[in-house]
Amino acid sequence: MSEQAGHAGTRRLPWLAIAAFFAVLAMPARAQPAVPEAGPLPVSRPPDAENGRRIVADRRKGLCLLCHSGPFPEVRFQGDLAPSLAGAGSRWTPAQLRARLIDSRQVNGETIMPPYFRAEGQTRMARAFAGRTILTAEEIEDVTAFLATLRE
Amino acid sequence: MTGRTGRTVALLMLLLAAVRADEIPASQRLSGYDMMGAEAQAMQRDDFANPAMLAVKEGEALWKAAPGEGRPSCQSCHGEAAATMGGVAARFPAREGTTGRLLDLPGQIQACQTERQGLPPATRESAALLALEAYLAVQSRGQPLASPRARGLGDAVSRGEALYRQRFGQLDLSCAQCHSQNWGRSLGGTRIPQAHPTGYPLFRMEWQAIGSLQRRFRNCMTGIRAEPFPPGAPEWIDLEIYLKERAAGMAIDAPAVRP
Ligand code: HEC
Ligand code: HEC
Repeated sequence: MSEQAGHAGTRRLPWLAIAAFFAVLAMPARAQPAVPEAGPLPVSRPPDAENGRRIVADRRKGLCLLCHSGPFPEVRFQGDLAPSLAGAGSRWTPAQLRARLIDSRQVNGETIMPPYFRAEGQTRMARAFAGRTILTAEEIEDVTAFLATLRE
Repeated sequence: MTGRTGRTVALLMLLLAAVRADEIPASQRLSGYDMMGAEAQAMQRDDFANPAMLAVKEGEALWKAAPGEGRPSCQSCHGEAAATMGGVAARFPAREGTTGRLLDLPGQIQACQTERQGLPPATRESAALLALEAYLAVQSRGQPLASPRARGLGDAVSRGEALYRQRFGQLDLSCAQCHSQNWGRSLGGTRIPQAHPTGYPLFRMEWQAIGSLQRRFRNCMTGIRAEPFPPGAPEWIDLEIYLKERAAGMAIDAPAVRP
């Protein structure tokens, strides 16, 4: 659009908008970006996959099974808002699993999955949680190690 | 008009399309009642089994009684509720004529208490306020929720929608992500309702008490680890107005029962 178009801006607005709208629609879908990855977080102890499993199954800690289901026969009420965690370790590398846990927005901007290792950017954080991440670095590593064992 | 503006307009239109995409078509709207199990439904339908009807009875007594020496009762100003209060709950929140502020039904009751009865206002969630609110809501049973936009509250509808779509709290979730995009699904065993405010105040078994719409909002906010707005805050009222626009035409079925 040229500088001159600026003078007729208001009059032309609907046409420009409609043209631009279809132009955007016609654009090829954005090339699928590489799945984000994240390297191990600095931690004070080695990862503990068993603790990772406990976190995932805990409704108050990991909250995972509120949305996901998975191979947890002892957990009665599992969610159906998200894919099953069964086989997650076959579908994704540990680096990809870790990136999703740290901040799933980096994977899918519209996701409903909470950001487990991001304490900034949220609106109206409850006072009790202000400045705190949902999981600690150690817990992220534990859950990553556990998810990597979920193979099909 | 520069290229940037053109792109911005296109983007805005796309965003608008995306924002509306999750609106529930009228043919698919379901009340909380519609989505409950048969047992809870039966309890809500039967006035003798519905525990919230106790509050309605209390509300009736409060409506009729003078609250003190020389202080007028609600009924002495308004008459028999059955004759004069039908449809009132269906068109709240409303703009107060004298001040222009938006009042929800409990806010209106509080305003009458301070301005006409010369009383300190009953606090939100107090038994007395919930009882009066429930008594008034019953007078509008079966009546369709009026559209706030059609009553000139379009500004509040827009503000409320923005709040409904805002991600909040440590879990970074919006109301819309659960109630528009995932209703009917199971959140750890609880079916997510569409969040239509047709039955408030209502008796919730988990609370073992009757509670207000704002109490429900507060529960959802703390569930996502967000700091709730204070009781009676204008944000809650804007949210209620948006939900009522979204539910316009649905019948009031207060006082409802929830598990
Ligand atoms: C509020 C809902 C919610 C919660 C809580 C949640 N997730 Fe998710 N998760 C999702 C959704 C939805 C997806 C699908 C992709 C997307 O939309 O981002 C997903 C995707 C995933 C994936 C990729 C699945 C695949 O194979 O494609 C993994 C792995 C995962 N989540 C693990 C977890 C773990 C572990 C937890 C808890 C520590 C958790 N999630 C908590 C909603 C959630
Ligand atoms: C993580 C999911 C989730 C989010 C986010 C959420 N809610 Fe809810 N909401 C629920 C569930 C689940 C219920 C049903 C609870 C029950 O029946 O025990 C519910 C119930 C309700 C109800 C009651 C509906 C009825 O029929 O009684 C209303 C109203 C409501 N929510 C409004 C909101 C508002 C407003 C927000 C945002 C401030 C919000 N919710 C955010 C999950 C959510």
